[in-house]
Amino acid sequence: MTEIEKYNYDVVVIGAGGAGLRAAIAAREAGMRTAIISKSLFGKAHTVMAEGGIAASMGNVNPNDNWQVHFRDTMRGGKFLNNWRMAELHAKESAQRVWELETYGALFDRTKDGKISQRNFGGHEYPRLAHVGDRTGLELIRTLQQKIVSLQQEDDGDGKLRVFAECTITELLRDASGRISGAFGYYRENGEFVLFRAPAIVLATGGIGKSFKVTSNSWEYTGDGEALALRAGSTVLNMEFVQFHPTGMVWPPSVKGILVTESVRGDGGVLRNSEGKRFMFNYVPDVFRKNYAETEDEADRWYTDPDHNRRPPELLPRDEVARAINSEIKAGRGSPHGGVILDIATRLPAAEILKRLPSMYHQFKELADVDITKEPMEIGPTCHYMMGGVEVDPDTAAAARVPGLFAAGEVAGGMHGSNRLGGNSLSDLLVFGYRAGLGAADYVRQLDGGYPAVRPDQVEAAAATALAPLSLNGGENPYAVHQELQQLMNDLVGLIRTAYEMNEALKRLDELKVRVGKVSVEGDRHFNPGWHLALDLRNMLLVSECVARAALLREESRGGHTRDDFPAMRPEWRKKNLVCSLSDGTAVDVVEQPLPPMRPDLMAMFDRDELAKYLTEAELPAEEPA
Amino acid sequence: MSYDAHFRVWRGDADKGDLVDFTVEVNDGEVVLDVIHRLQATQAGDLAVRWNCKAGKCGSCSAEINGRPRLMCMTRMSTFAQDETVTVTPLRSFPVIKDLVTDVTFNYVKAREIPAFAPPAGLQPGEYRMAQVDVERSQEFRKCIECFLCQNVCHVVRDHDQNKEAFSGPRFLMRVAELDMHPLDALDRKNQAQEEFGLGYCNITKCCTEVCPEHIKITDNALIPMKERVVDRKYDPLVWLGSKITRRS
Repeated sequence: MTEIEKYNYDVVVIGAGGAGLRAAIAAREAGMRTAIISKSLFGKAHTVMAEGGIAASMGNVNPNDNWQVHFRDTMRGGKFLNNWRMAELHAKESAQRVWELETYGALFDRTKDGKISQRNFGGHEYPRLAHVGDRTGLELIRTLQQKIVSLQQEDDGDGKLRVFAECTITELLRDASGRISGAFGYYRENGEFVLFRAPAIVLATGGIGKSFKVTSNSWEYTGDGEALALRAGSTVLNMEFVQFHPTGMVWPPSVKGILVTESVRGDGGVLRNSEGKRFMFNYVPDVFRKNYAETEDEADRWYTDPDHNRRPPELLPRDEVARAINSEIKAGRGSPHGGVILDIATRLPAAEILKRLPSMYHQFKELADVDITKEPMEIGPTCHYMMGGVEVDPDTAAAARVPGLFAAGEVAGGMHGSNRLGGNSLSDLLVFGYRAGLGAADYVRQLDGGYPAVRPDQVEAAAATALAPLSLNGGENPYAVHQELQQLMNDLVGLIRTAYEMNEALKRLDELKVRVGKVSVEGDRHFNPGWHLALDLRNMLLVSECVARAALLREESRGGHTRDDFPAMRPEWRKKNLVCSLSDGTAVDVVEQPLPPMRPDLMAMFDRDELAKYLTEAELPAEEPA
Repeated sequence: MSYDAHFRVWRGDADKGDLVDFTVEVNDGEVVLDVIHRLQATQAGDLAVRWNCKAGKCGSCSAEINGRPRLMCMTRMSTFAQDETVTVTPLRSFPVIKDLVTDVTFNYVKAREIPAFAPPAGLQPGEYRMAQVDVERSQEFRKCIECFLCQNVCHVVRDHDQNKEAFSGPRFLMRVAELDMHPLDALDRKNQAQEEFGLGYCNITKCCTEVCPEHIKITDNALIPMKERVVDRKYDPLVWLGSKITRRS
């Protein structure tokens, strides 16, 4: 075999978005020699696409906010399927993680008294999102990137903390007892292989959106982390819950799916159908009816007087809004290009729109010739976020079944339950990125230098798998297979699902699996996107199968999983996670696993009436004596 | 509505390369990056190109389109006549890796030379207080998506490779300005800007501002004010006297 570049590290972080960088900072500060593996250039991760803000109950705008309110909102948003411990840690620690960013140099928008400003968002009871205009994700990634640089300056080089840019990991390595021993990958630039020997690996690879045709996600989102974890023997859960963001661009076709921030609605934007009607008032579900306005007047008063009015229904959690938009379009009340109308132009003065939503103005002006200060936007649902992911221990982010493996951010599952609230992803990255970095460092320290050995046969097998698409001739075009996969997932495993469609999807995924094994690429190993896609396809297919299998089994509708044949939420199903694993290295197994019961003091934060909407009779706390 | 466009795309590596002609379908509303992707999918599977967000937010797909430095994802095909040849070449100021992908290491090296934000002593996380009006100046510069188009177009390095050593380029001089204007940064960065990062090389031709896809006024709002701050420091007799007395220089 050709010579392979080899490195030794204590902790290897795969992924250089918010979660990966925060984990790397924590690991390096805990004294670990740390490597960050980035599929793209450093600072380009998908986190830059986050627009609205970071949810943290600092209470800067409304002093009534605190972690308990944030926790309740998160559980409601996830329809109580969340891992309650993760939701608790997240709500408690996000403020501290945001404040830390200021010590790294972040510059958030300010309140009048000089604190970090906070904005309204769907499902959040109070203004809670720390933000920088509508480019909060860019600020987050740049701040963390610059913190990494500052740590390298302290170290006088990258000996203790190094970024490997444009490098893709294709396989995790384990020793004979199943512990993590390293990772294998290639440099995109020259196609040469690289081996990282490390006892601890943090997965921070983000989501799976590139399996779908209409998506807000970039090319990197190919489910690498979920697939790596599965192949290494770990488990993923909640894969049936895919968030379709209600507002993606719908026209022109080439930009279909690009995100339109929820801040448009948070700042006063409303949804209308082709009749000009604010249709969201017709779609407030029973579980939320108490908290949302019933008339346009009340909804409009809420922006200036939130204490005496209820919130507009445009700010329901994303799953509700996406389904409502879908229903309007299906009922023939859509906009000319198959979406609905998002109107901010008649709601705010032009100067205010430019100030609060500069990048939305820019995006519509330059890509669609639409001036959002004068004209309405056309929007529709777009695949945005994977609620499911690697099954982890809430406190340490340790992945199930594989010692030395950790996961944080979108690639980890549980925190958001069946639906994530806007703004909770950036805080998730920081809270659990930090915890994963510390968890990995603690694990490495316990090993006391006895690092698991890399098995040469695993390295050879990984190299052979990576080279396969280059050695085949006359096979299928990976781009064509990818387009088929995206179309199939969009058509059959999208926003609204049925058993018939899931079965059909699984049948076709089986066929695609065979074809993915036969793709061939032109050219050599030198920066060859066709080859890279061929390798990513394997991961996309595996996670797509997990989504479809879990979606077939869950016979109810909840959050990011809507079954036309089982339209109601069913309390029996709330008690269960669907957990996927790989048997024989290829077949996806799905089993039901009970959710850990919520701690009584957390349960006590909710009214019994509210709990009764989600929980089975047997789970409810004993009724208080009158 | 679709038509066939004539594209010329530079293909090659560090050693050799040439413009290659393609005829390729273009549909309503598409941008140059869509067309490059179609070439990849149908005619040139190994065509190397960087991209991520396809929404002008990550700054990955920088190239020169008909000689003009631009983001491919933000360059709409409707800005060209249907019979116009569209020529796409890699950024000229950086070494080619392959096709449209260049080695932008220069920028990451420069980023690491600039001393990081120095947190103010005595303030704990959560205690930072700043006025909106004071953070806005630096916020403008933090809109930078690091597409490096300004670094590519700046004639100080574009035509004079030997200046790369002493000159950090508009993006990183702007970073120095951003930190200098940060209301709570504890370092004085004026001397650094001039002496270590080559602010003096900039002769304010504003090419950087012109190509910035984020419309940041790099020259007017970052580089010129920074030059003024340096001049104030260097030539103000009172400041000069003070620096001699207190031995700060």
